[in-house]
Amino acid sequence: MSSYEARFKVWRGDVKGGGLEDFKVEVNEGEVVLDIIHRLQSTQAPDLAVRWNCKAGKCGSCSAEINGRPRLMCMTRMSVFTPEETITVTPLRAFPVVRDLVTDVGFNYTKAREVPAFVPPEGVGPGEYRMMQEDVDRSQEFRKCIECFLCQDTCHVVRDHEENKAAFAGPRFLMRVAELDMHPLDAAAESGLDRKKTAQDEHGLGYCNITKCCTEVCPEGIKITDNALIPLKERAVDRKYDPLVWLGSKIRRRSS
Amino acid sequence: MSVVDRQEWDVVVVGAGGAGLRAAIDARERGARTAVICKSLFGKAHTVMAEGGIAAAMANVNEHDNWQVHFRDTMRGGKFLNQWRMAELHAQEAPDRVWELETWGALFDRTKAGKISQRNFGGHEYPRLAHVGDRTGLELIRTLQQKIVSLQQEDFRETGDYESRLKVFQECTVTRVLKDGSRVSGVFAYERETGRFFVLEAPAVVIATGGIGKSFKVTSNSWEYTGDGHALALLAGAPLLNMEFVQFHPTGMVWPPSVKGILVTESVRGDGGVLRNSDGKRFMFDYVPDVFKEKYAESEEEGDRWYEDPDNNRRPPELLPRDEVARAINSEVKAGRGSPHGGVFLDVSTRMPAEVIRRRLPSMYHQFKELADVDITAEAMEVGPTCHYVMGGIAVESDTAAARGVPGLFAAGEVAGGMHGSNRLGGNSLSDLLVFGRRAGWHAAEYSAALAFERPAVDDVQVDTAAAEALRPFSAEGPAPGAEDGRPPENPYTLHQELQQTMNDLVGIIRREGEMEQALEKLADLRVRARRAGVEGHRQFNPGWHLALDLRNMLLVSECVARAALERTESRGGHTREDHPTMDRTWRNINLLCRLVDPTGGLAATDPVRGQIDLSRETTEPIRPDLLALFEKEELVKYLAEEELYE
Repeated sequence: MSSYEARFKVWRGDVKGGGLEDFKVEVNEGEVVLDIIHRLQSTQAPDLAVRWNCKAGKCGSCSAEINGRPRLMCMTRMSVFTPEETITVTPLRAFPVVRDLVTDVGFNYTKAREVPAFVPPEGVGPGEYRMMQEDVDRSQEFRKCIECFLCQDTCHVVRDHEENKAAFAGPRFLMRVAELDMHPLDAAAESGLDRKKTAQDEHGLGYCNITKCCTEVCPEGIKITDNALIPLKERAVDRKYDPLVWLGSKIRRRSS
Repeated sequence: MSVVDRQEWDVVVVGAGGAGLRAAIDARERGARTAVICKSLFGKAHTVMAEGGIAAAMANVNEHDNWQVHFRDTMRGGKFLNQWRMAELHAQEAPDRVWELETWGALFDRTKAGKISQRNFGGHEYPRLAHVGDRTGLELIRTLQQKIVSLQQEDFRETGDYESRLKVFQECTVTRVLKDGSRVSGVFAYERETGRFFVLEAPAVVIATGGIGKSFKVTSNSWEYTGDGHALALLAGAPLLNMEFVQFHPTGMVWPPSVKGILVTESVRGDGGVLRNSDGKRFMFDYVPDVFKEKYAESEEEGDRWYEDPDNNRRPPELLPRDEVARAINSEVKAGRGSPHGGVFLDVSTRMPAEVIRRRLPSMYHQFKELADVDITAEAMEVGPTCHYVMGGIAVESDTAAARGVPGLFAAGEVAGGMHGSNRLGGNSLSDLLVFGRRAGWHAAEYSAALAFERPAVDDVQVDTAAAEALRPFSAEGPAPGAEDGRPPENPYTLHQELQQTMNDLVGIIRREGEMEQALEKLADLRVRARRAGVEGHRQFNPGWHLALDLRNMLLVSECVARAALERTESRGGHTREDHPTMDRTWRNINLLCRLVDPTGGLAATDPVRGQIDLSRETTEPIRPDLLALFEKEELVKYLAEEELYE
């Protein structure tokens, strides 16, 4: 494939409003959408606002909606579109626009602060942590998260329901609760913190009705719904209705 | 004009990568009210790109490892130019810094015994890198980020305000360090989102801004790496050390063009990947330099046996330090034995089962699949050198991370010089961030506390001057001060591309005197044109404006690299001269220092030919005898000058 001229529609504007602006722009072999946005910046629209960093799918900065689908611009190859297709790039819909493709993602940082941190086990000093690979596998999967917030953007609980934001942490931070809950040495329970209960009571786990939209958009391929949210729901339910399960897991944890 | 918002803090940390966050944690834990300023969102810093691991002699995989061996490897890797006290502290403290991360929630890959697993890497005698697959940097940044959040949660419980003692100013850029006489008094910054200016007043400022790679065309570095901290220190009167040493990582992607330069982790080789040329030959066996002859395998069979039995075999030469491998690849391509797109072949597909590759190198698998349509479990990758890291940086005191000559200024991480000498070993960066980030935060907090009742004052004139400097790209249509003609404004993107091309072509991996002189002329021309860099639009999240401001820093730093590279007439580590192709022992103890010509931090009246930088030489402190005693005499004679050996 050689170079061709592509048609782009890019949303431009700010908090006061804006709209789609048309561009014709050169595309070369192997390029991704972010390359094209950069070409627009350097040749046609020097003040076009966009966030990006690593350009390799590792930092999660260049999230946007491409033809309506939440994606990383750096990992969306132009070859997935036909040369005739008009490509529409818009900012993440669930967050307030700052300017052009840049949105205010402060919601996510607020939610991150509401999840209680890892609780180190008492009496286990630095260098004394012993954990088996099979026991850290699950939490490691969740720690692959690059915080691109595409799952937060796509989740229908908040996507079109601003009013739910206060009560709902979103898939990313419910997964963070799950990650800590499955951490083999997290001592939250010993310190009197029940992560399953707080997932339900404080982070809005109940709002999630497992439509798996978050899993579908995750650029890291993390099985957010199957591996984090559903197990967390099951554990939360166990806790709620079955004191024996609760007691059992408490004893098991102590003896391990 | 000076109606910018001002806030008082005890310590300001510029940069929120591994070093900056570790510094902030330490400063806050020692009671200093600490502000962190970063150009990107919190948690997106370039540290996230680090793949291979954190080097620390924990001896979890090979019991013979200890800090002395790590120190030796580090000095060898840096060709003995390292600031040896830093290399010593680094090797001694790295294990504690890694273990501490586990108490903050980090989850490293494990050994069978449940300890932190460690992998092999170039230049490290034993498996030493704590890692999480090939996404160790992400784990590091996330762990530090989450530790900061946990400290903020503590503060919230006590004060009702998450940000009462530790605040992250994200998406803000510092353009000047402010001073009261010789001492630091704060920083001048703008919010990227609104373009609003503000001043953070603080007696102590920690610079932790990372590197300079964005001055080169082919680089693994992100847009943030514009040498801001290097330039801020220069402008504040601090010297930069050994800026000629720039690491070209041997394995960057070469195809397609839009991803050229993106890093391919050294873990690929550490785990068994091999380099081949277009004849299918493992060419690295032809490139083992004399100083390393005894330590590397002479046959493929021996090299292959080493992975299973490292005690009785020597390592394959694919695991030589990065400078050696990068030069070798460069030579192979030049000799016409390269791959179709101008690199060489890096192959794991014939070395490991597909499922092992996917488990051990998941992000490499993903990266090649998504960006290049290459399945690394079935075919070889094409790779070539990419600008990756600058060994040179702010000259600091080893123990305190204090910048030389400017009280209150500290530096840690890539922006600080000295630790890695002329070439950094893989894995030694993440450990450097933690060891010296902590030390910088600690000493900044102590220094600041001592000045609690006599805080240096922020000077209004400096604030006004900084504001005027930052606004200048908006009024670039007319003639620049000092320029007579009224030529149209320059496009900052074009200037940036020309700068990158210049540095890549003329001060790149192989250097020649005439080319570097040409580079200095070109830089002088770009400097004049950059004063007319103009931007459209307004101050709200305007990338053209941001780039116009970053150009000042890239031009300053590029001049340092070119001048120092021209001066050092030898080849050592990340500095290769075609006209002086061998290492010269008489240069072993010579540091090159760059200082701003105008000691007041002014740039206006700079002579275009002479430039903005003064270069000077200094002789380094002799290596402490007990550290020298860790090496065999036969090895030392290869590096040290006669008089150093017999002192």
